[in-house]
Amino acid sequence: MQNPDSEVVLRPDKSWLQVELKGIWQYRDLLSLLVWRDFVAKYKQTILGPLWFIVQPLVMSVVFTIIFGNVAKLSTDGLPPLLFYLCGQLGWNYFSGNFGANASTLANNAGLFSKVYFPRLVVPLASLVSNLLTFVIQAATFFAFFAYFKYFLHVGGFQLSWTVVFLPLLVLQSAALSLGLGLIMSALTAKYRDLVHLTPLLINLWMYATPVIIPLSKFPEKWQWVVALNPMTSVVESFRLMLLGTGTVSALNIVISVIFTLISLVAGLILFGIVEKTFVDTV
Amino acid sequence: MTRPAIEIRNVSKVYRLGSIGATSLKDELGRAWARVRGRAEPSKEGEFAALRDVSFDVEQGQVIGLIGRNGAGKSTLLKILSRITRQTTGEIRIRGRVGSLLEVGTGFHPDLTGRENVFLNGAILGMTKAEIRSKFDEIIAFAEIERFVDTPVKRYSSGMYVRLAFAVAAHLEPEILILDEVLAVGDQQFQTKCLGKMQEISSGDGRTILFVSHSMAAIRRLCQKCVVLDHGVSSPILDIEPAIARYTSNLTESEYNLDVSERPRNWGTEGRILRFEAVRVVSPQLLAFGKPLEIEFTIECTKPVREAMVGLAFNSLEGTRVLTLDSDIRGNFLDFQPGRHILRFRFDDLPLHPGFYHCSASLAGSGFFYDILDPIAVWQVRTSDQDLWSDRSSGGCRMEPKVELIPCHAGSKP
Repeated sequence: MQNPDSEVVLRPDKSWLQVELKGIWQYRDLLSLLVWRDFVAKYKQTILGPLWFIVQPLVMSVVFTIIFGNVAKLSTDGLPPLLFYLCGQLGWNYFSGNFGANASTLANNAGLFSKVYFPRLVVPLASLVSNLLTFVIQAATFFAFFAYFKYFLHVGGFQLSWTVVFLPLLVLQSAALSLGLGLIMSALTAKYRDLVHLTPLLINLWMYATPVIIPLSKFPEKWQWVVALNPMTSVVESFRLMLLGTGTVSALNIVISVIFTLISLVAGLILFGIVEKTFVDTV
Repeated sequence: MTRPAIEIRNVSKVYRLGSIGATSLKDELGRAWARVRGRAEPSKEGEFAALRDVSFDVEQGQVIGLIGRNGAGKSTLLKILSRITRQTTGEIRIRGRVGSLLEVGTGFHPDLTGRENVFLNGAILGMTKAEIRSKFDEIIAFAEIERFVDTPVKRYSSGMYVRLAFAVAAHLEPEILILDEVLAVGDQQFQTKCLGKMQEISSGDGRTILFVSHSMAAIRRLCQKCVVLDHGVSSPILDIEPAIARYTSNLTESEYNLDVSERPRNWGTEGRILRFEAVRVVSPQLLAFGKPLEIEFTIECTKPVREAMVGLAFNSLEGTRVLTLDSDIRGNFLDFQPGRHILRFRFDDLPLHPGFYHCSASLAGSGFFYDILDPIAVWQVRTSDQDLWSDRSSGGCRMEPKVELIPCHAGSKP
């Protein structure tokens, strides 16, 4: 009856990096149910249901096309504007969606966390997975337009690049980066509530420092360094390179971006690990 | 030989008061600096020890009751054992899968159906999908909601909601179960059913249970042993009757003539200038509803003091202030000369509902305290010939309003 493996020791713990992989594995069913809940609960009693996942980026892309493409006449690296913006958003949205969701993990689930224990990381991991579903739907939308432009309107100047085989790595990096930064925000938000309001603002500003609307090649000379330090630059540009065949990606850019990702992931896990143990005392 | 299912060693939990959600950066830097220098963290002010050096073992298969007044530290202990928060010092070893029920219906989503919520809630409580599937029919039958399985729970009556929530929880089968008064759900009939289910769970196959309740009847029915918590301090593991006796004896009254000169002080000037030495209830009927209350305080003064006041407060046993009697309510202050004084304290018509009260007394100047005794005593307010409707109200004060009945005739203005 007594399982020697199941002994748990609780100490007023000061240890640093400590991820309960075993615990998360035991709660894998909870993870899948949370993903399913996010997906289902969001669209109960709506008519369009999951179609909303498509509507949002599509409307934004059309707006960008009209304002930035037609009115402001910003360059799209010679690509059809609608495809250019759809692709940029595909790369950006998975990151920003995760970052926003994870940053409020502790604050939004305070009620749940103060009543029942499960490895807290299950919640942000579940949102990574449910946002992945959104990502897949948006990718399908992108490909539908891709095919429409190429084979129906016979517009040229873009094609899939062989590098598309690395796309999963790019998604993985977005997930890791958004998880790390989200956990850092979440841990800080538990203490300093002001940050709740800062996160959406930060995401918004960040998008403009990322080549979602303006391609990296057309960024003003004196802002190039800001964009180069931004870990999302190489991600979004790589998306375009892979899916449309045009994008400005340098090895240095990728290295900076990967290092930044790893640092923020480790820092996020450490901070979150420290805060999660007693944060219910302060809510 | 099997080792204890739960070992609790010297566990304390300290909360910082007043810093909720508003830790200032300066404080934090101060603490960090103290830590770097290897000193103890500064300032114990504003800290509150919810648990003090608690140690006990729970053997495998034991059903232990945890009793104590509100604020005694029961919930804090359960939260630590359920890994919702961490202790400040001490160590705990838990052997076995823990399921804890500090609330029913945790994580229910209003838009999802009963069926969907059973799975979600079950998983939150630590069950796998397979386990939930195998118990699904049993859960639904227990909750008596067969017809509404596929209705969103936001359309449930509150009764159906708690029944379903309890049913999921009751079918959790961990090796160690931690329960916080979840029995009190639903109507009378369902409560009886819940209690029966709890008994079934606790008598079956060697499950270890830690059960918090204010209901001595439930404790007697379900538990084999008991631990009493009082102000964060735990008793050893006791048999049920001695434990209940100990818990209820915490409620025995204080004397009506108390020497308080030796009690420890940690407020204001700690009684160095102005100090309570003794307190004596002199009203003939002691403390009784609707009767005069008369108390004599013996007060020692070492330096001349101007514009002081004396206050006596009554708090319910749960800690809620229900009556404050301050001598300076109309700005009439007291001046003390060095020496010993007898202060007569009288209130004509005690409005407190019969019951036990924690009383505290203070001597204060403008903005600070000379002396506080909290509590100074636990006294019982008794019923009296003025008390006609004790059975009608609960707690707090009962006073006589001025009423006037004005007949209104049709067509005439009042």
